[in-house]
Amino acid sequence: MSPDDRRYTKEHEWVMIEDAAAKSAVAGITDFAQDQLGDIVFFELPKVGDSLTHLGKMGEVESVKAVSDLFSPIDGVVTEINEKLLDHPELVNQDPFGEGWLIKATMTDISQLDGLMSASDYDAFTAGPQ
Amino acid sequence: MQQGGNRKTEKLLLERSVPGRVGAVLPDLDVPAQALPDKALLRDELPLPEVSEPEVVQYFTGLSQLNFSIDTHFYPLGSCTMKYNPKINDEVAFQPGFAGIHPLQPIEQSQGALELLHKLQGFLSEITGLPAVGLSTLAGAHGELCGMLMIRAHHLANGDAGRTKVGIPDSAHGTNPASAAMAGFEVVELASDKDGNVDLEALHEIAGPDLAGVMITLPSTLGLFDTNIVEVCRIVHEAGGLVYGDGANMNALLGRVKLGDLGFDVAHLNLHKTFSTPHGGGGPGAGPVCTTSRLAPYLAAPIVTQNGEGYELSTPEKSIGKLSGFHGNFGVLVRAYVYIRTLGGAGIKSISGNAVLNANYMMNALRGVYLLPYDRTCMHEAVFSADWQKDRGASGLEIAKRLLDYGFHAPTMYFPLIVHEALMIEPTESETKETIDSFIQALIDIDREVTENTELVNNAPHTTPVARLDEARAARQPNLRWQPEAAD
Repeated sequence: MSPDDRRYTKEHEWVMIEDAAAKSAVAGITDFAQDQLGDIVFFELPKVGDSLTHLGKMGEVESVKAVSDLFSPIDGVVTEINEKLLDHPELVNQDPFGEGWLIKATMTDISQLDGLMSASDYDAFTAGPQ
Repeated sequence: MQQGGNRKTEKLLLERSVPGRVGAVLPDLDVPAQALPDKALLRDELPLPEVSEPEVVQYFTGLSQLNFSIDTHFYPLGSCTMKYNPKINDEVAFQPGFAGIHPLQPIEQSQGALELLHKLQGFLSEITGLPAVGLSTLAGAHGELCGMLMIRAHHLANGDAGRTKVGIPDSAHGTNPASAAMAGFEVVELASDKDGNVDLEALHEIAGPDLAGVMITLPSTLGLFDTNIVEVCRIVHEAGGLVYGDGANMNALLGRVKLGDLGFDVAHLNLHKTFSTPHGGGGPGAGPVCTTSRLAPYLAAPIVTQNGEGYELSTPEKSIGKLSGFHGNFGVLVRAYVYIRTLGGAGIKSISGNAVLNANYMMNALRGVYLLPYDRTCMHEAVFSADWQKDRGASGLEIAKRLLDYGFHAPTMYFPLIVHEALMIEPTESETKETIDSFIQALIDIDREVTENTELVNNAPHTTPVARLDEARAARQPNLRWQPEAAD
């Protein structure tokens, strides 16, 4: 079960509001995504200050199986990246919803989350045929 | 794999070194001694191994016997066409006139070599139905880059600078998007429909004034012939785009289907797959580019042209330039020429017949044991999913590892990406029915083991010198160079 304190995209990213007043959010990839990717060996993340576009490419993830694009779940500007992942990408395999977060950002409009999937919708989505 | 001895504990050559031991005796000095260069340029503490000649021979022979190769094993590595490479190819390529030739030798001394290249261009043109051929590109992806640069040059020459997008199906070879991007295009992924063909609706959506072209792998990495291919080419051409063909899977089509007849504008062949020249371990390869008369002026230089009685190297009129130092991997081109000449027209046609027959025989024998996500007549390879086995506790990776214990090379795994737990199996045209039967039986046995003894499968391989290497750590913290133990 995915945690229900955040929202999800079809591209298997999650996003959670950290501070609604400051429009700040944290984002990562889901447990389903890390399980499909297998052991992750490298992340290419955006830089602090980069603009993000909803479902626009924001980086890459390389696992022992394949290289895949990372898509931003939101519109906004990057305020912080998870530097730990540069040396320890396995954190995302171990704890994708916690220690393995990818980026923090200031959202353009936090109501954008209303258009994303809830945890139960996302779990139903990943249970269906891919 | 079949050798005895505990190779896990075998030492590297450097670790066998004994101070003062030598493997060669130099003759007495019979020329005047020369002063050594400045001491600062010389290092005298290099950790070179001090070993005897027999130790060196035993060491490297031992390593060579650990090879898992097409000369020792069945090698059904999907999409790689690991078929038998006839030894006559090497025999001819080793002839002094071919092996000893220098690329800078005067053209009048190289007429025989150029004649061979010219004839090879002609054979590849006949095989693809595309009139112009360049041989200088050194690998499949190199050919792709060449073809995409030609498409770009063509559009620019027509004042069509706005054609920036290239559509690539999700069942294409993984190098295609990289080649298009390197040539300066924006890549748009094209979905496959439920039959594994290019989704025509998705194609219509991108078929506009900004479409430079599409890159189609035929047969696709699903091992399927796109039954809409003529329509795909028509839609792209109508929108003003061009069609690139990834011919890496041509062993499925040889002598039966010509890419030019289908509507392809430019395509590469992988001589190191389809035309039985050695590959694996990085080459050397050869990825000749075949194209229409319209795009011929853009081919990479040089191409071989006939001039009266003789042959010469020439640069096409609007060539995109040189993509390799000279005229390609000559030894590989000789081998491919020999392969074609040895087989002749009828033999070439029987390659595709046997490749497709072998793959379908295997696919039908394993239907119901392993899931077939796209269950229709395949071409030279079949893509299974290990989803049924994963539900019982062993994934595709484990099945691939267990195959090593049965004496088979593993198939390609987890590719194409649109198939879960993909096992992509290409038996190739050069294997006997008996070999394919024993491989089929191994996969049936492993399926039973997944139920009866999951641990046996999940801990495989049990018979190889090393078993479960830490792939993730190797990628995260690569240790690329041997280093001596710290001296102090």
